Amino acid sequence: MEYFAPASTKEAVKLLGTAKGKVHVMAGGTDLLVRMKGGYTEPDAIVDIKRIAALRKIVRAGKGWRIGAAVSAAEMGEDKALKKAWPGVVEAANLIGSTQVQGRATIAGNLCNASPAADSVPAMAAVGAKAVIAGAKGTRKVAVEKLVKGPGKTTLKKSEFVESIELPEKKKRMGDAYLRFIPRTEMDIAVVGVGICLTLDAKGKCMAARVALGAVGPTVIISAKAAKALVGTTVDDAALDALARACAAEAKPIDDKRGTKEFRKHIAGVLARRAAIIARDRAKENS
Amino acid sequence: MFQVHVRTRINGDDTEFSCEADETLLDALRDRLGLTGAKEGCGTGDCGACSVLVDGRLVCACLMLGAEAEGCDIETVEGMADGSKLHPLQQKFLDHAALQCGVCTPGFLVAAKSLLERNDNPTEEEVRYWLAGNLCRCTGYDKIVRAVLDTAADMRKASKPKPAKAKKASAKGRVSA
Ligand SMILES: Cc1cc2nc3c(=O)[nH]c(=O)nc-3n(C[C@H](O)[C@H](O)[C@H](O)COP(=O)(O)OP(=O)(O)OC[C@H]3O[C@@H](n4cnc5c(N)ncnc54)[C@H](O)[C@@H]3O)c2cc1C
Ligand code: FES
Ligand code: FES
Repeated sequence: MEYFAPASTKEAVKLLGTAKGKVHVMAGGTDLLVRMKGGYTEPDAIVDIKRIAALRKIVRAGKGWRIGAAVSAAEMGEDKALKKAWPGVVEAANLIGSTQVQGRATIAGNLCNASPAADSVPAMAAVGAKAVIAGAKGTRKVAVEKLVKGPGKTTLKKSEFVESIELPEKKKRMGDAYLRFIPRTEMDIAVVGVGICLTLDAKGKCMAARVALGAVGPTVIISAKAAKALVGTTVDDAALDALARACAAEAKPIDDKRGTKEFRKHIAGVLARRAAIIARDRAKENS
Repeated sequence: MFQVHVRTRINGDDTEFSCEADETLLDALRDRLGLTGAKEGCGTGDCGACSVLVDGRLVCACLMLGAEAEGCDIETVEGMADGSKLHPLQQKFLDHAALQCGVCTPGFLVAAKSLLERNDNPTEEEVRYWLAGNLCRCTGYDKIVRAVLDTAADMRKASKPKPAKAKKASAKGRVSA
């Protein structure tokens, strides 16, 4: 195996395009090294993107945010302004693994690893995050939920990699939240995860909502029905009940040792309800 | 296999080593440099026995390549004591009997040191969350948590400018400073 640590995006794209055999981008390495250790992947080359200075930064992009693909979850948690703007996304990133894992893991890596249970993905999808993809022909942007094709599979082409994640401008009366269920209090894989972002009008009525369900399908599920249950309401009990029913209906989980189908569907509803309350209250605070 | 030549600083000393491109930092530390303080409990990021600081950030040495350490500042448990003088955390671990077999101890010490550098007054909950990635199969954690909280309390006392009644404060039988 060869190890490359390019200093620029251009160089990284070139390496990805020309390196022979199986090439892996490495950000935090917290998924990649575990998979290598387990013999699930044997790369011929690793392209470490942490030496690309621009990818180590969180910057304002217009009124929104650009989080470099090499920024660790811990660094996101330490950025007070980002945390204030999109607490749901930052909290989701800060749920990934332990303090040690946090010090390395990235949200771009969480996305590109394409695990159905990735914690930051429903949170990013709920706020409408986009992945900025660098490739031989320049950069393109896609909605994060469009990047993942199925478990372990992305739509990235050979010389492409995710350079950064863009979060939109946080407008007035918007709020986001992410909650997951795990059997322990820390260090576990989500049985269900729910990300919600909503916008209230001046009277406290929900104008727009996005609901993203994780770990209950091969990829994140953006539920239009669940969003519809909230829009036009004050996110009161009746709306929350409708939301919970919609999420339970939209969830398409599998049965496994971590939870049965029925349990996962039920929990999707319960978490959606709780996440919607947090998002609503955050939207009110932000008016 | 490709060999990589790596220049780093380990516990304050400039250090160079060569390792294979897919070799973890943990293997390089243990097998190439003889720094066997960091342990391999799992090799997959779950147990924290391999905890080290890289540029001040707590990480699992098993989840990082040796090659990635180029130009980095690395701190391991071997750098904690000052000669034969133990670090306050090390002394408190002894005082509280916070170890039995000791396999997890280097990881806990490095992780706890990193917590106290950021927060000298953590709550018990904060200590437990910070250390959630460090597993111990012997102690039941309680003694470890108490040792960390006690160290923090001592460090706060030591860093406060001495009040008028300094005599009383220092009479509390502190084993180390
Ligand atoms: C102990 C432990 C606990 C964990 N707990 C959780 C948890 O609670 N929740 C959770 O969601 N995950 C968890 N994980 C999984 C992992 O930490 C996360 O998925 C993390 O976000 C991965 O990010 P990374 O930067 O380390 O990715 P890497 O390991 O560097 O990469 C992961 C994959 O994505 C590819 N890749 C990485 N970056 C890019 C990029 N910019 N462009 C294109 N491809 C890229 C790599 O080639 C690789 O295939 C845990 C892992 C461990 C070891
Ligand atoms: S050996 Fe690194 S976390 Fe267990
Ligand atoms: S003392 Fe034995 S594992 Fe902790």
